Amino acid sequence: MVPINAINTVPVIELKNASKTFGEVRAISGVNFKVNPGEIVGLLGDNGAGKSTMVKTIMGFHQPDPGGEVYFKGSKIHDWSVARARGLGIETVYQERALCEKQPIWRNMFMGRELRNSYGLLDVAGMRAEASRLMSEHMGFTSAAVHPDNMVATMSGGEKQGVAITRALYFEAELVVLDEPTMGLSLSETKKTLEFISNIKKAGRSAIFIDHNIFHVYPIVDRLYVLDRGKIAGVYSKDEITMDELIERLYRVARSGKLEE
Amino acid sequence: MAAPKNVNAPAGNRVSAPSAMRRYGSQLGIIGVGLAMWLVFIVAAPAVFTDIDIYLAFAQTSPQFGIIALALTFVVITGEIDLSFPSIMALGTAIFAITTSQFGLPWYVGLVGAFATGAACGLFNGFLVAKLNIPSLVITIGTSFLFRGAELVLMNGTGVPLTAEEYPEMHAIFREPLYGFPIQSFWMLILGIIAWTLLNRTRFGAHVFLVGDNPTSARLMGVNVVSVKMRAFTLVGLFAVFSGLMTSIYGYYFWPTTGEGFLLNTIASVFLGGTSVFGGTGSMVGTFVATYIIGAINAGVVSAGISAFYTQLVFGLVIVVSVVLQTIIERRVRGQSITGR
Repeated sequence: MVPINAINTVPVIELKNASKTFGEVRAISGVNFKVNPGEIVGLLGDNGAGKSTMVKTIMGFHQPDPGGEVYFKGSKIHDWSVARARGLGIETVYQERALCEKQPIWRNMFMGRELRNSYGLLDVAGMRAEASRLMSEHMGFTSAAVHPDNMVATMSGGEKQGVAITRALYFEAELVVLDEPTMGLSLSETKKTLEFISNIKKAGRSAIFIDHNIFHVYPIVDRLYVLDRGKIAGVYSKDEITMDELIERLYRVARSGKLEE
Repeated sequence: MAAPKNVNAPAGNRVSAPSAMRRYGSQLGIIGVGLAMWLVFIVAAPAVFTDIDIYLAFAQTSPQFGIIALALTFVVITGEIDLSFPSIMALGTAIFAITTSQFGLPWYVGLVGAFATGAACGLFNGFLVAKLNIPSLVITIGTSFLFRGAELVLMNGTGVPLTAEEYPEMHAIFREPLYGFPIQSFWMLILGIIAWTLLNRTRFGAHVFLVGDNPTSARLMGVNVVSVKMRAFTLVGLFAVFSGLMTSIYGYYFWPTTGEGFLLNTIASVFLGGTSVFGGTGSMVGTFVATYIIGAINAGVVSAGISAFYTQLVFGLVIVVSVVLQTIIERRVRGQSITGR
């Protein structure tokens, strides 16, 4: 459901006038972006449009340039970092998967958020058991198929992506950011991933979905941002635009940098 | 995805839990090397190796470098190296010698000064490597000269006697046997357990593995890579000073050259123990056992009646053969070819 009266809704995350410059290159420029509670927002744009930079700014990996602001549930956050963002309930499935391949599955599952017992020491047995349970319950691995002690390097591409997605899901995130999650996946793995994204919404949580493939993005999102050369070229509610119109406009923006004629 | 075709039969290797050989292969390997070497020594010189004295001898000397190897294991797992620890041993112990003998302050003040110096040196190394992103192989050669130079200037090139009469507490802590057990190995065991727990049962240890495996992934998941590396280097500084004090007290004298000759033994212990030079994998148990293997070669070759000139040859053979075997076994386990290509 699209939140119709968005004025009364406090967005989960909001970027105001966010820019990010790397040396001479301005990857994103004056971006205003928000995700409302229970909303799935799509982010479309060509290669180099600034999608990944935006994701990494939302995730706290990059700090916006001075003048840009990050709001979480209405309050301004000054010390934006990955640890802070994860602490507030934002989890990301990165395009590059962000796995440590020489480590066993359980270490990857709990990367940066290791479980500890009451003595403050790592709860290794607990993490192994949880990893095993999550793999069989959420990613549909039969419980014997993947052992939590298996090295990630020995897994297939889809299984690795399964680890990355399950990891984002486990921590009951308020907001899940998915950066090209279907890249390199088989048909059935893609279907499973798209179902998973729909389930985020059913659970009342929010998501940002970035993908090249508009046929994957359009059916599940509520709102769409089109990013072009570091700027927001357009924002659409799904009820405002059909898939064909959207495709038409994306072609136009790629040619001329303008969405409307 | 890997759905077993026949549910009753364990399917291909990906489906089963990794075997003990896979998980602990390198640790079992190093223990095997140790046992094999011991048997050779017993056969070659039964009179020496059935006597307790030889064991007491290398139980006193091996921890002198082994304790640093424990801390160095953390740095190597993060994918870095520290070559400056011999100089930190000397600089830390020099601070102890100066505060106690020159300024006449009590031994515990000297200890605090020494460990603070070690921590500061380690932190400085960590800052240069992690914060300024300078290759550790290069910069710790530089700081090695820096720390050694500072020590030589401070000591004016002279040593300080550390007799049992003047430093009874220090001798009780670092030299006198504990109920007949060499206290050096007692410390090695205590620090070994602490290091094992740090590496395998704390967040810091978990992050050491992640940072060494893939620093970008670790950063994306919120791990503070800079802080993890700085802490690992600081640990080496602290353990190096511990070893510097222990070594000096063992010889009743602080030499300005303290630490010279420690570099290769220590690094060899880490690599022989199965810690990968590429970072991301490593074993504290391996380092612990490897320390005693290297210590035993020294004592063993001489006691077995072989000329001391052979020590280094045996050393080299054991290290080269073990590391080659370890690497090949690890590649076989991962299903790669022998050359890893």
